[in-house]
Amino acid sequence: MLAYTVRRLLVSIPVLIASTFVVFLVVVNAGDPVANFAVSRQPAPSKAAVAAFARHIHADQPVAERYWNWITGVLHGDFGPSVQPNLDIGHDLFTRFRVTVTLVAAAMIIALLLAVLFGVFSAIRQYSVADYVITFFGFLFLAMPVFWFAVLLKQAGIWYNQQTGSQFLGTIGEKSPYLEVDTTWNQFTDHVGHLVLPTITLALVSFASWTRYTRASMLEVLGSDYVRLARAKGLRRGRVMTRHALRTALIPLTTVVALDIGIILGGAVVTETIFQWHGMGEMLVQAVTTIDVYRTMAWLLLSAVIVIGLNLIADLLYAVLDPRIRYD
Amino acid sequence: MTTTSSEGVRAGAANDAVLEVDGLGVEFPTEDGIVRAVRGVGYSLGRGESLGIVGESGAGKSVTAMAVMGLLPATAKVRGSVRFEGTELLGLPDGRLSDIRGKGIAMIFQDPMTSLNPVYTVGFQIAETLQRHHPDLKARDARTRAVELLGTVGIPSPERRVDNYPHELSGGMRQRVVIAIAMANDPDVIIADEPTTALDVTVQAQILDALETARAETGAALVLITHDLGVVAGHTDRVAVMYAGRIVETGSVEDIFYTPRMPYTLGLLGSLPRLDREEERLTPITGSPPSLLNLPPGCPFSPRCPMRRDVCDSDEPPLRPAGRDSHLSACHFAEELVDTGAEQVFDTAGADSEALARFADATSTGQPEEDSL
Amino acid sequence: MTDIQAPGSPGTEVPRSENEFTVKQRSQTQLILRRFLRHRAAMISLAVFLLILLWAFIGPHLWHYSYQKYTPDNSQAPSAKHPFGTNSSGYDSYAQVMRGTQTSLKIAILTALGSTLLGAVWGAIAGFYRGIVDAVMMRITDLVLTLPLFAIALVISSRTGGDWYWIAIVIAGLTWAYVSRVVRSTVLSLREKEFVEAARALGASDVRIIFRHLLPNSLGPIIVNATVLVATGILTETALSFLGFGVQPPDTSLGLLVSQAQTAVTTRPWLFYIPGAFIIAIALTINFIGDGLRDAFDPRQQRVRQ
Repeated sequence: MLAYTVRRLLVSIPVLIASTFVVFLVVVNAGDPVANFAVSRQPAPSKAAVAAFARHIHADQPVAERYWNWITGVLHGDFGPSVQPNLDIGHDLFTRFRVTVTLVAAAMIIALLLAVLFGVFSAIRQYSVADYVITFFGFLFLAMPVFWFAVLLKQAGIWYNQQTGSQFLGTIGEKSPYLEVDTTWNQFTDHVGHLVLPTITLALVSFASWTRYTRASMLEVLGSDYVRLARAKGLRRGRVMTRHALRTALIPLTTVVALDIGIILGGAVVTETIFQWHGMGEMLVQAVTTIDVYRTMAWLLLSAVIVIGLNLIADLLYAVLDPRIRYD
Repeated sequence: MTTTSSEGVRAGAANDAVLEVDGLGVEFPTEDGIVRAVRGVGYSLGRGESLGIVGESGAGKSVTAMAVMGLLPATAKVRGSVRFEGTELLGLPDGRLSDIRGKGIAMIFQDPMTSLNPVYTVGFQIAETLQRHHPDLKARDARTRAVELLGTVGIPSPERRVDNYPHELSGGMRQRVVIAIAMANDPDVIIADEPTTALDVTVQAQILDALETARAETGAALVLITHDLGVVAGHTDRVAVMYAGRIVETGSVEDIFYTPRMPYTLGLLGSLPRLDREEERLTPITGSPPSLLNLPPGCPFSPRCPMRRDVCDSDEPPLRPAGRDSHLSACHFAEELVDTGAEQVFDTAGADSEALARFADATSTGQPEEDSL
Repeated sequence: MTDIQAPGSPGTEVPRSENEFTVKQRSQTQLILRRFLRHRAAMISLAVFLLILLWAFIGPHLWHYSYQKYTPDNSQAPSAKHPFGTNSSGYDSYAQVMRGTQTSLKIAILTALGSTLLGAVWGAIAGFYRGIVDAVMMRITDLVLTLPLFAIALVISSRTGGDWYWIAIVIAGLTWAYVSRVVRSTVLSLREKEFVEAARALGASDVRIIFRHLLPNSLGPIIVNATVLVATGILTETALSFLGFGVQPPDTSLGLLVSQAQTAVTTRPWLFYIPGAFIIAIALTINFIGDGLRDAFDPRQQRVRQ
């Protein structure tokens, strides 16, 4: 098991390097920050200033050299220069990661729990009214654009606050700006209040697809020969459902959840933009708009590490849960 | 139901029966209409007795078995009666039924590759059924018993194999595990649904031996469902031939093999390959079984029957005595089949019943190579 | 579904019955079509989707307002004159939604086509040649799969600008990997089949085997995936446009319309709900059609045992 883990870890390093190199090529070619600098400043900067700017952001180096310098720099904690003066990309990234990780984790956990609950229920009661209702809402949520639902939910939150006179549901930002010195409890409820609506938004899409997946997987297992044999052995329905059906049906879900992390991160960008969080979503939008190569790269590197890391965890979990996967 | 409802196979002494099936009917509503998968099947199984149920796929053999176990999907409509030791099983709540499943009636399924849960060890899956029916049994003792059972069904080094996962065992070994599960709680009846069909020919005989061992150990009665007449000949006392959801002929093995009284049975016998005669030609039954959807009136076999006459298209013949008392046949012209071979009814060369029976014995007692793990 | 043949053996007169239990033989295509036509949700969805398609492409020619011309009416609620109302600048919302739907559909459909074409050919070649070719090609596929679709699309779209085909190309360039995986696994199982061996034995070239035998026989999963990709395409494009990285004014898309209406949800709700409803309607119908197609191509009966 340990050897297997180490081997999988070693395999993911070249994947990460290749992936970041491709991404680096894309990002470097996706915009010209130097030209942007030259035209967007008032008054127009001198030639020397433009050249100095190009040197500052390493735009004067060949791409391969830039990549090499960047990746070795990252290993020492240096994420490269930003186009914005006085912006430490590493610090920026980790502050914003702390903000976003709460949202993403909360959304994933809620989506997963509800998806398993509804998916299993839907499968056990196949073709019942409840099954049709769950299936219909599953399809509806799959078709619902995150941004549209987020705007709607934000309006609903504002309306709720107006109606009740409460300030619990935060609709702007990840926390109230004036609460820094307040009691721990108030800070906590403030955080939770701001988390509610964005979490619902972000959980929605994954919830829909994971419910459908759980249902299909559960149905397949319920129709399997070994579930039939478990029933023929005299096991009670409850035990067959939990020990034999659910236990086996949930194994492939680990892979699906891990693969969907990319989609969730994309959804987080949209959600954070609408709820005006100062998280990774805002960082990406700002970095792309300002043609900030290293800031964009920092974002994409972290997301690649998350994607590859989660898939690695899913693989290991799969190997633990399914004895058919061998460790050698 | 019509006249078919009370027909059936009767054991010599009805009081001694462990399992009595009477007028069993199963219907499945589908998009295209109602599929009448089983239409009035009845049989009675004495203690320790063995009954073979033979027929083509789709004849309703497995559905009958699943109806007895109460394992049909909820959409299936089941009628008639299934009594186990005098208790009516149809309509019994699932909790009560599950007490009988595994302990009173055990079942073995066709495909050992998919019958075992891939994520649990075989030992766990045997211990699970032991502890289900003996709640006081300690985990240690259940495991010890599981090892014993694995040894009984012929798995080498069972104390090692008990911790194996199903995927680490061959198909033959897995079917032995399924047999071990079936015999674990000393059932009164074992229903084996095509237990050897999915296996290599070389392994089939060994699995049938393991099944015989299980029967000998538990004294269970056996319902052996198969499409292989050779298997029936070597392992059962009585035979019921099913066609289109009904029993069309039933009797002792001798009755069926030596004096068949239904053209379908004759055809089945005639389509078996034989090793004892040169220039052998098989007599195939042409066509395929009818769709059980919107079955027209008349004998369902008539479209394929070389003896068909007008009455066959209008009236479905009931199961009637033909020859000796326990020998029943559902054919309008059963009497005409006295001393008739398949070659006379169907095509050219037919089956010599005696040789067939010998062939069947030979295949079931032969010693093919050991199946590997 | 086998036909009963009368055994015309000499000597015995075999009666040929009137009530043979034969089912009319159907071709595979007919069976699939029949199963699809039976799928009620898919059929309704197909009708709705086609109506939206026709409306979006033919409608603008028949409607008397243009999506880029002011009308004298500002911020009007839906009426007979302006069925979807107008926005604060006086644009007719009906014309704008029509145009937005057209643009969004164009992008979504081109995305699905491009992605499917590239993915199918890529997957078929990898699956057909196996070995080193397969290994290299599939590593590239895996690499594309690790790229976060939305973020990369955002980066590239910021450069390529708002032309609708560029957006489609970018999304297709990031989604084809899913298709290629599916097609590869189908081809891997198909290439062992007898008809492929037969074609090879007859001396068919690799290209011919791939394009005449393997791809047509993988059509089921390919079509199902292409359908789902239309939904992915429209949701991705509208999200990009919403954030300002997709379709740019003066052109419009459903995502852009929702974005422009963000602040008017309570004051001019028609501007927000109508384009949103169109996105949902398109994605929903597409998903139902995909579901119907999947059932039609792969009719595994899933039963629950009690």
